[in-house]
Amino acid sequence: MISPVTGEQPPLVALRDVSKRFASRMDLASRIAARVGAGPAQQVVRALDSVSLEVKQGEVLGLVGESGCGKSTLGRIVARILEPTSGERFWRGAPYSAFDGRSQRAERLAIQMIFQDPFASLNPRLRIVDVIGEAPVVHGLIGREDREAYVADLMARVGLDASTAKRFPHQFSGGQRSRIGIARALAVQPQFLVCDEAVAALDVSIQAQVLNLFIRLREELSLTYLFISHDLGVVRHLSDRVAIMYLGRVVELATAGEVFARPNHPYTQALLAEIPTIEPRKRAFQPIRGEIPSPLSPPPGCHFHPRCPHSTERCRREQPAFREVAPGHFSACHLNDTK
Amino acid sequence: MSAEPLLQVEGLRTHFFTKAGVVKAVDDVSFSVARGKVMGLVGESGSGKSMTGYSIVGLVDSPGRIVGGRILFDGVDLATLDPVAWRAIRGKRIAMIFQDPMMTLNPVLRVDTQIVEAVLAHAGVSRESALARAREALVRVGIASPDERLRAYPHQFSGGMRQRVAIAIALVNQPDLIIADEPTTALDVTIQGQILFEMQKICAESRTALIWITHDLSVVAGLADTVCVMYAGRVVETGRVSEVLGQPLHPYTRGLIDSVPSRNRRGEPLRQIPGMTPSLLGMGEGCAFRERCAAASAACASSPDVAELARGRFVRCFHPVGEPMAAASP
Repeated sequence: MISPVTGEQPPLVALRDVSKRFASRMDLASRIAARVGAGPAQQVVRALDSVSLEVKQGEVLGLVGESGCGKSTLGRIVARILEPTSGERFWRGAPYSAFDGRSQRAERLAIQMIFQDPFASLNPRLRIVDVIGEAPVVHGLIGREDREAYVADLMARVGLDASTAKRFPHQFSGGQRSRIGIARALAVQPQFLVCDEAVAALDVSIQAQVLNLFIRLREELSLTYLFISHDLGVVRHLSDRVAIMYLGRVVELATAGEVFARPNHPYTQALLAEIPTIEPRKRAFQPIRGEIPSPLSPPPGCHFHPRCPHSTERCRREQPAFREVAPGHFSACHLNDTK
Repeated sequence: MSAEPLLQVEGLRTHFFTKAGVVKAVDDVSFSVARGKVMGLVGESGSGKSMTGYSIVGLVDSPGRIVGGRILFDGVDLATLDPVAWRAIRGKRIAMIFQDPMMTLNPVLRVDTQIVEAVLAHAGVSRESALARAREALVRVGIASPDERLRAYPHQFSGGMRQRVAIAIALVNQPDLIIADEPTTALDVTIQGQILFEMQKICAESRTALIWITHDLSVVAGLADTVCVMYAGRVVETGRVSEVLGQPLHPYTRGLIDSVPSRNRRGEPLRQIPGMTPSLLGMGEGCAFRERCAAASAACASSPDVAELARGRFVRCFHPVGEPMAAASP
């Protein structure tokens, strides 16, 4: 899916056929049992199944899916927290492996991650000045003596009172901790932020404040986001393009306007029908059937077919290709062949 | 239609007497729910919405205590009941569903044991008929192959299925009132949709009253008949869902609705409520929202009373935004 270099800028981040499998570690007894065919075979979770994705410079790519669909794994692979089992990752057109040397530290710092839980992701024993200021000092971006001024500047940028820098995380509210997490990510001057459910733990009124912060920072620092969320309303508001994932595969990808106006894949359609809206009207909830299957034993063919109202014999057999159904609008569904 | 509401809460106050001072978790809360109706109890964390639910089912732990008000359930004031009388009501006539089913289900007991226990605690029936009721309850909440699932342990269920089991336990004694404390918050939207669908159907069929506690206005919009918005331990606005969400009168309700992404132009900054929720510890006099409120004036330093601005529209504010919708004329 990588476009050949035609003089235009390569995407900031690109994934090509990235797969990630998690296998349980087997002890000696179960290895022997499996060898003679007695015990259970090794269980392998296919968290990501040959995912290709591009994030362009300056855009916000929303990544949506239910729990267990692999969206967080994808985010972690992009942020280099996990290594893919197979497939390649590119930063500005060059493979990630090109940035392994000591001299390439800046490139490695260019992607930072913001985590979901503002309580678990901050070390409770560190003062905020250390939480935010540690990484830039360690990486030599600033001198130790400049640390406090640097942290104060960052705190002001994310809307925190800089006089609270000597406090510990427990002295802050959930919304403030989110801001601390954002300031920590910004401290190493990244170009790309992976936001994994970054506002999911926050109250509605605080969520709006933090989303506004994301919008403002994007403009001020010309950042690019991979914004992972299960909340379609949030994704719709923030994203330029949206990718929908189901059970380790990207099933649909298009601009936000296109996805919400003309969803192509039956799963996307079901997901959109399920968004509770605030528009006051009593309605009968029309659920889609069943639950997301276990990634330990995904169904063959199209992963969605057991829940899909349109499934046919072919869907049970053959995995649909992810192809362009309209300019810039990709979907993986056999129904598009018959249209 | 029905003259007498099933549940009528009047001036409920639940305070916590901590070392650091008195926390007024629930402070003068009043509302009523009729049979077969769904009330949404909406608020952010710390607004006292869960504690209101716990007060109704008599599950307030020390150092908390109900210090005032009445909870009239079918003519009986629950706040005056002794533990023995409570035991006959809780789980039988009033059931509660909690947010995290893994915390409410016993991990070392099979599902059938847990449901049968709930039946036998209140009905003098044989184990076989209790088991039959348990099976029937699982079918009602949409669990496939109930016979097999009855013999499973909670960890063998997915999150959504566990919550269905918890709902089945709540339903098994056919209660008059169910209090659901954020039961779908931890679930995916498709599973949430399924559970809301089941609950809506069950309550309409059996004329069960339902109090749905949530922070999510959009869930309430589709599910509830009436809504009660709480802020810092107090009810700030009540009314029919269509009216409260269509034309909020309290500045806080208005702010909450305005900050929902779908109510804003895509990509533009969301209208936000400034500041953060106040600490309930040592909350002084006055409207708790005044620090964050654009309409606040000197008058807000004293607590506003609840006023009925239109039929069934109660608001606790000196400066309600906009005019209440004219009462629907025939």
